[in-house]
Amino acid sequence: MRWILVGVIAICNTLGDVLNTAGMKRQGELESLDARSLGHMLARIVQNALVLGGLGALTVSFFALLSLLSISNVSFAVPATAMSYILETLLAKYILKEQVKWRRWAAVTLVAGGVVLLSL
Amino acid sequence: MKPESPVEVHKTRLLTLLVIGGNVVGNVLLSHGMRQVGKIVSASPLDYIRAFANPWAVLGVLVLIFWMISDLALLSRADLSFVLPITASSYVLIAIAGHFLLGERISSIHWAGIVVITLGVVLAEETPARTTNGRREALL
Repeated sequence: MRWILVGVIAICNTLGDVLNTAGMKRQGELESLDARSLGHMLARIVQNALVLGGLGALTVSFFALLSLLSISNVSFAVPATAMSYILETLLAKYILKEQVKWRRWAAVTLVAGGVVLLSL
Repeated sequence: MKPESPVEVHKTRLLTLLVIGGNVVGNVLLSHGMRQVGKIVSASPLDYIRAFANPWAVLGVLVLIFWMISDLALLSRADLSFVLPITASSYVLIAIAGHFLLGERISSIHWAGIVVITLGVVLAEETPARTTNGRREALL
C-alpha cells in the first residue's frame, strides 16, 4: 500500500506540474505583476482545461501524501518527491521541449539528492 | 529565442522570489499552527477541518494559496526545468526558518542536504529562465 501511494504521489505531482506548465504557456505570459493582470490571469485559469487538470492532479497527490503520512513517517514520502524532480525534468525536455542541458540536469540531480539528505 | 530584456528578467526574478517566499512563510505558519492544534491521526476529514479553527493554520493556508497562484504565474514565464531546481531553495529556507523560529534541530546530514540543494540552485540560476518560444509550440 505504501509504495502504491508513493507511486501515486510521484505520478500525480509530475502530471500536475507538467499540465500546469503546458496550460500556462498556452495561456500566455503574465505581463505585469499588478492586481488587474493577476485577476485577468485567474479568470482565464478557470477556463483553462490543462491547468484545471493540473490542479486536480496536484490535489490527488496532496491527499495521497496525507494518507501516506498517516501510515508512515515523513521520510517514507521523500522518494516520491525526489523521483518527481527527475521525472518532471525528463518530461520538460521531451514533452514541453525545454532545453535541458548539463547544468540543469546537474542542478536537478543535486536538488533530488539534497532532498533525500534533508529527510534522513 | 531572443534574449529577454532586463525588465522582463527582473519580473521573472521577482515572481521567483514571491514563489519561494510564499512557500517558506506558508509552511512555517502552517507548521506553527498545526503544533498548537496538536497531533491529528484520523481518517475523518472533520478532524482536519478542526485545524482551521487555528488562526496561524488559516493564515498559512491563505499564504499557500497565494504561493500556488504565483507559481502558476511563474510557470507562464519560465521553464518547468528551471522553476523546479530554483524553487527547491525553499527547502533550505524552511529548514533554516524551522531552526531559528521553531527551534527545530538541524543535524550534520541535514546541513549536507542544505549545501547540496544550494549548489543545485546556484547551477540552475546560471541557465536562462525560458528556453521555449511563444505560447503555441510548447505542447500537447
